[in-house]
Amino acid sequence: MKRQKRGVPEGLWQRCPGCQEIIFRKEAERRLGVCPECDYHFYVSARERIRQVLDEGTFEEWDMQLRPTDPLEFVDKKRYAERLVEEQARTGLTDAALTGTGMIRARRVAFGVTDSAFIMGSMGSVVGERLTRLIERSTAEQLPLIIISGSGGGARMHEGILSLMQMAKVSAALARFDSAGGLFISVLTNPTMGGVAASFAALGDFVFAEPRALIGFAGPRTIKATLRIELPKGFQTSEFLLEHGYIDRIVPRSKLKSEIARTIDYCGK
Amino acid sequence: MEIPTPGLAFEQPIYELEARLQQLLRPENHRPGVEEEIRKLRRELAETMKHIYDHLSPWETVQVARHKDRPHSGDYLALVFDEFVELHGDRKFGDDRAVVCGFAKLDQRKVMVIGHEKGRTYKERTACYFGCAHPEGYRKALQKMRLAAKFDLPIICFIDTPGAYPGIGAEERGQAWAIAENMYEMSRLATPIICVIIGEGGSGGALGIGVGDRVAVLQHSWYSVISPEGCAGILWKSHEYAARAAGALRFTAKDLLDFGVIDTVLQEPLGGAHRDPHQMATRLKVYLVKTLRELSALDRTQLLQERYEKFRRMGVFLEDTAPTTADPTPT
Ligand SMILES: [Zn+2]
Repeated sequence: MKRQKRGVPEGLWQRCPGCQEIIFRKEAERRLGVCPECDYHFYVSARERIRQVLDEGTFEEWDMQLRPTDPLEFVDKKRYAERLVEEQARTGLTDAALTGTGMIRARRVAFGVTDSAFIMGSMGSVVGERLTRLIERSTAEQLPLIIISGSGGGARMHEGILSLMQMAKVSAALARFDSAGGLFISVLTNPTMGGVAASFAALGDFVFAEPRALIGFAGPRTIKATLRIELPKGFQTSEFLLEHGYIDRIVPRSKLKSEIARTIDYCGK
Repeated sequence: MEIPTPGLAFEQPIYELEARLQQLLRPENHRPGVEEEIRKLRRELAETMKHIYDHLSPWETVQVARHKDRPHSGDYLALVFDEFVELHGDRKFGDDRAVVCGFAKLDQRKVMVIGHEKGRTYKERTACYFGCAHPEGYRKALQKMRLAAKFDLPIICFIDTPGAYPGIGAEERGQAWAIAENMYEMSRLATPIICVIIGEGGSGGALGIGVGDRVAVLQHSWYSVISPEGCAGILWKSHEYAARAAGALRFTAKDLLDFGVIDTVLQEPLGGAHRDPHQMATRLKVYLVKTLRELSALDRTQLLQERYEKFRRMGVFLEDTAPTTADPTPT
């Protein structure tokens, strides 16, 4: 049996993970991957994000020549080197982040996006390096910086300590960008967890989140296993974080582009 | 006869020799020739200890790093520094006992020390959640570090945590934000920062006080993207594969040095820091004094530039710069 890609069933119809209704696929696509019945926001790929957020045909990809490797010679159930080849073939991506420049309603921006389908959207050396170069270039060219995060995996285990260090590397680059007066808008999507949440995703001057996204540091399963209690309803959702003061705005996908453009304008960038 | 409990399985040969030595040292066992026997036994003990500790597996290293008698931040605060003045509270929520902060004197130098604390007694250990900090712990650390930069005090961070605390309150109070902000600010605090991993360097919880001009580890510590149990649970779906995950993650002192993640490995006394905390403290002090002298010689612009570049270099990837190379076609 062919395994379905997460959140993207094939065929004319699909079941919504939010309301369990069977919905017409074309209709969901027309609504940018949002359920017409309950507004659940489906997974969308990094390439699709670019189409949704940037002006048509304006994206110019940077640092696409970077390729992941297997410095630890990491083996779990399979070799990481093999896993990479498989993930690349399955997703059409070289790693979990795409970076570059493009226009948002005719405003030029530096733009990064992670794809939660590539090894859970986790950050290894290539994701860290692409984002750091993106941030450094936004600093040099004084571009507003937009990063859309989607990562269930956080820092990628298969690259060990090198993945952890990407958190420090990217955060240090963002601190310099901030010192130079740069504008960084961080957009959190379902899911944004672990070392991605605890680095660049949290460091926006403005933090937006899509509705009902899972966002947090420790995974709900880890917390459940540690505390041996049921987690409160709505725990670690966008709405939960808004209530606790960590998110500026919950922005539905259909409004994301205009909300980003407006924020850039307010900041005079 | 005194039996050390709970012992580490791989240290059994050491315990046996130690027990025999204890026997011989008793006054009632004194007889002609016993000195020679004691000398031989001491030599055998040292050789056995050296052999075992020279060949620790990654999983055994984790067990040494977690040894109940391994010196904690509190022990080094007492043994390395002439004075420690604790400063509490994050000014926002509370005073996390998993992170200890305060002024200290290192020889004649005034410094700010930040350290994870695991506690020793059961009461202490539960009060500080076994060294797992909440957001208020990271925020307390940052607030004190900012004061250190303001008043021109170098910062010394002792890292020793299984990881940041995974709990409801920790998430409600923005654990991800707290850790991210610490890395962000530590990268630009204009005062020397030395970080030393003294036991466990568990993931983001460690890195939350781990961005500095120099990063050292004690020889039998580990520093990793995830704990071996956590990794085993996710990739092998069972904690029983922790030993295997420990090997796969490449997190021992030697690995960290090979990957360019740390600057220095501080040799531990024979048989681990827990066997001779005083000697370990002396070595640590020598390192800190020397490193502080080096860093103090740099002007602040250069210090910050080098700190940035240090982390900027980290990572391993392939880069084909030839512009003619096409992207592989997505399948
Ligand atoms: Zn629905």
